[in-house]
Amino acid sequence: MSAPDARVRYLLRLGDTSLVLGQRLGEWVGHAPALEEDLGLANLALDFVGQARLLLSYAGELEGSGRDEDALAFLRDAHEFANLALAEQPNGDFGDTIVRQWLIDTWQLQLYAALSTSTDERLAAIAAKSLKETRYHHRFSSGWLARLGDGTPESHARVQASLENLWRFTGELFAPDAVDEAMAAAGIGPQLAGLEPAWSALIDADLKEATLRRPAPQPFPWHGKRGVHTEHLSHLLAEMQQLPRSLPGARW
Amino acid sequence: MNADWPLFEVFIRSRGGLEHRHVGSLHAADARMAIEHARDVYTRRQEGVSLWVVPSAQITASDPDEAGALFEPARDKVYRHPTFYEIPDEVKNL
Amino acid sequence: MYHISGKSQPPMYTQALDQQGREPSAAPESPEQAARFQARVDAEEKIEPKDWMPEAYRQTLIRQISQHAHSEIVGMLPEGNWITRAPSLRRKAVLIAKVQDEGGHGMYLYSAAETLGVERATLVEQLLSGAAKYSSIFNYPTLTWADVGAIGWLVDGAAIMNQVPICRCSYGPYARAMVRICKEESFHQRQGFEIMLTLARGSEAQRAMAQDALNRWWWPSIMMFGPSDVASRHTAQSMRWKIKRFTNDELRQKFIDVTVPQAQFLGLTIPDPQLRWDEAAGHFEIGPIDWEEFQAVLRGHGPCNRERLEARRAGHAAGEWVREAAAAHAAKRAAQAAA
Repeated sequence: MSAPDARVRYLLRLGDTSLVLGQRLGEWVGHAPALEEDLGLANLALDFVGQARLLLSYAGELEGSGRDEDALAFLRDAHEFANLALAEQPNGDFGDTIVRQWLIDTWQLQLYAALSTSTDERLAAIAAKSLKETRYHHRFSSGWLARLGDGTPESHARVQASLENLWRFTGELFAPDAVDEAMAAAGIGPQLAGLEPAWSALIDADLKEATLRRPAPQPFPWHGKRGVHTEHLSHLLAEMQQLPRSLPGARW
Repeated sequence: MNADWPLFEVFIRSRGGLEHRHVGSLHAADARMAIEHARDVYTRRQEGVSLWVVPSAQITASDPDEAGALFEPARDKVYRHPTFYEIPDEVKNL
Repeated sequence: MYHISGKSQPPMYTQALDQQGREPSAAPESPEQAARFQARVDAEEKIEPKDWMPEAYRQTLIRQISQHAHSEIVGMLPEGNWITRAPSLRRKAVLIAKVQDEGGHGMYLYSAAETLGVERATLVEQLLSGAAKYSSIFNYPTLTWADVGAIGWLVDGAAIMNQVPICRCSYGPYARAMVRICKEESFHQRQGFEIMLTLARGSEAQRAMAQDALNRWWWPSIMMFGPSDVASRHTAQSMRWKIKRFTNDELRQKFIDVTVPQAQFLGLTIPDPQLRWDEAAGHFEIGPIDWEEFQAVLRGHGPCNRERLEARRAGHAAGEWVREAAAAHAAKRAAQAAA
C-alpha cells in the first residue's frame, strides 16, 4: 500500500464515521423526547455531516480520480465504507443513542486533539474545528448520561443495558492496523493505542458521575474501518443512497 | 414523578460590549440543560457570545396597575435632563 | 411589586414576565376597560403580557399562537421524512437545518403562548389528543424529493405571506417571535425554489418529478390562507384587535400574484386550467377552490392526519421515561445542594 493510498483510506475512515453517525442522528429529528432535544440532536447531526463533507472532499482530492464528497457518500457500497462499527448501530431508544454518542465523543476528543497537531495541515485544521464541536458533543452526551444513569430506577436500568450492549464495539476504537501504523509513522495520525489511557480515564469519570458500571472488555469480530460491518450499515446506505443511484449522473 | 420540565427565561449577549437581552423562554430539567437548550434554540445563527438562563419562577416583575405610581413621578423631574437649562449659545463646551 | 410565581403555585406554570393571565380576573370586564384597551390598540401601542386585556383577546391569541406552534411542530414531519434520503450532503445539511428551524419556530411560538398564562404541556396535550388544530397542509404526504422543494417554495412562501403582517401584531411577544421567525424563514423559501429550479433544469425524469410536486402542492398551498372572507368566523374581530392585518383572501391573492410568474420561470404548469391574468384588476384569477377537500382534511380525513398525530404521540410517549429521568436527576441534585 502506497503512502497516498493509506492517507486516503485514513481520511475515509474519519469521514465515514462522521457521515454514518450524522445520518443516524438525522433520523431523530422530529421524534426526540422533547422539542428542545429535537433541536439539540439536529445540531449534532449538522456537525457530523459538516465534518464528513470536509473529510470526504479532501479524501476525494487526494485520491485524484474525480470523486467528490457526494460520489464518495452515495456511490460506494457497504464493504467500501470504513466507519467504525459503533457509528452504524441503530438509534434504539434515547439511551442507546446517548451511549453510542458518548462513546464516540470521548474517543473523538482524544483523536481530534491529537490530529490537530498533524503534519498534514489541512487535516490538522479540520481536526481543530471538529475538536471544538466535539467538546460540546461530549458536554451534551455526558450530561445526558448522568441524567439517565442517576435518574429514575427505570432510566438507570435502561441506560446500563445500552452500555452493556454497545461496549463490545469499543475494542475497535484503539486497535491499530497497517493504515493507522503508516499514518502514525508519517506523523499524520496518532498512535491509536496511545489515546486509550486518557479515553479510559474520562470514561470512568463520566460513569462514576452517572452511577453506571463499566462493562468487562470484550473481543470484537467487527472491523468497520476495513469494511467488515454489522448488518445495519447496508440498510442505512440503501436508504441514504437510493435517490442518487436511481438517476445516475443527475444534479440535485 | 412529574416529567414536565420547568420554564427558564433566556438572555443573550449578542457581542462583547453589549448587555444581555431577554429573547424568550424554554423548558429544561436543570440549569446545565437550560444553557444547552438556549444555545440550540436561540443561537443557531451566531446570535450570541454569552448566555444567561434564569428559572422563570425566580423573576419578580412590576405590576402594570402600579405603573403610574412607579414610573410617572419621574415625569416632572425635567431638571434631570440637560435640555432643561438655558445657556447662551456663545458659551462652549457645556 | 408582587411575585409572579409564589411557592403556592407550580413553578413552571407560565412565563415569568407575565402572569396575570392565568386566572381571568373575576371581575367582569367593564366597557371602560374594553374601550381603553381598544384605544391602545388603535394607537398601535403594543400589548404586553401583564397588561389588562379582554379575555376573548387572550383566548383568541392562545388559540392562534398555539395552532401556529403546532403547525411548525407537525410541519417537521413531512420534510423530516426526506432527511435520511436527501440526494447530496449539501442538501442533507440544508434540510436538517431547515427542519430544525421549524422546531425552533415552534419553540418561539410556544414561548409566546406561555406568556398568556397557559403551559406548553397543556398545549401539547391538546395537540396529541386531537383537540387542537394545526395547518392542514402538513396532512399531505411527501412522496418524492421534489416535494421538499415544493414545500419550501410554496408552503413556506404562503407561510411568509401570512406571517410578515403578524410581525406588527398588537401582542408584543407574538410580534417579536414572528420577527425572528420571518428573518429565519427567508432561507427556507429560497432553498425550496433552488431545489425546484435544479429539478426543472435537470433530466426529463427530474422535470416530471417537479411538475408532479407542483400538481399536488398547488391547491393545498392556496387553501393555507384559510376560508374565504365571507366564510371566516374570526377575521373581523381579529382585524379590529390588530392580530390580523389583512384578510385571508387579500393574502391569498398576493401569494398567487407573486407565485404564478415564479412557476412560469421554472417552466412548470400550474394545475388550474382556469388560471388567467385579469388585466383590469391587475391580478391573476384562479379557478374555484375545492373547499370540501379543505374541510375534509380539517376534519381529519386528509391523507396523513393519522400518521402525523401518531408520530407525535409515539415520540412523546417514547420520551416519557427520559423526561422523567431528567426531572428526577435534577431533583436529586437540588436536594444534594440543599443538604
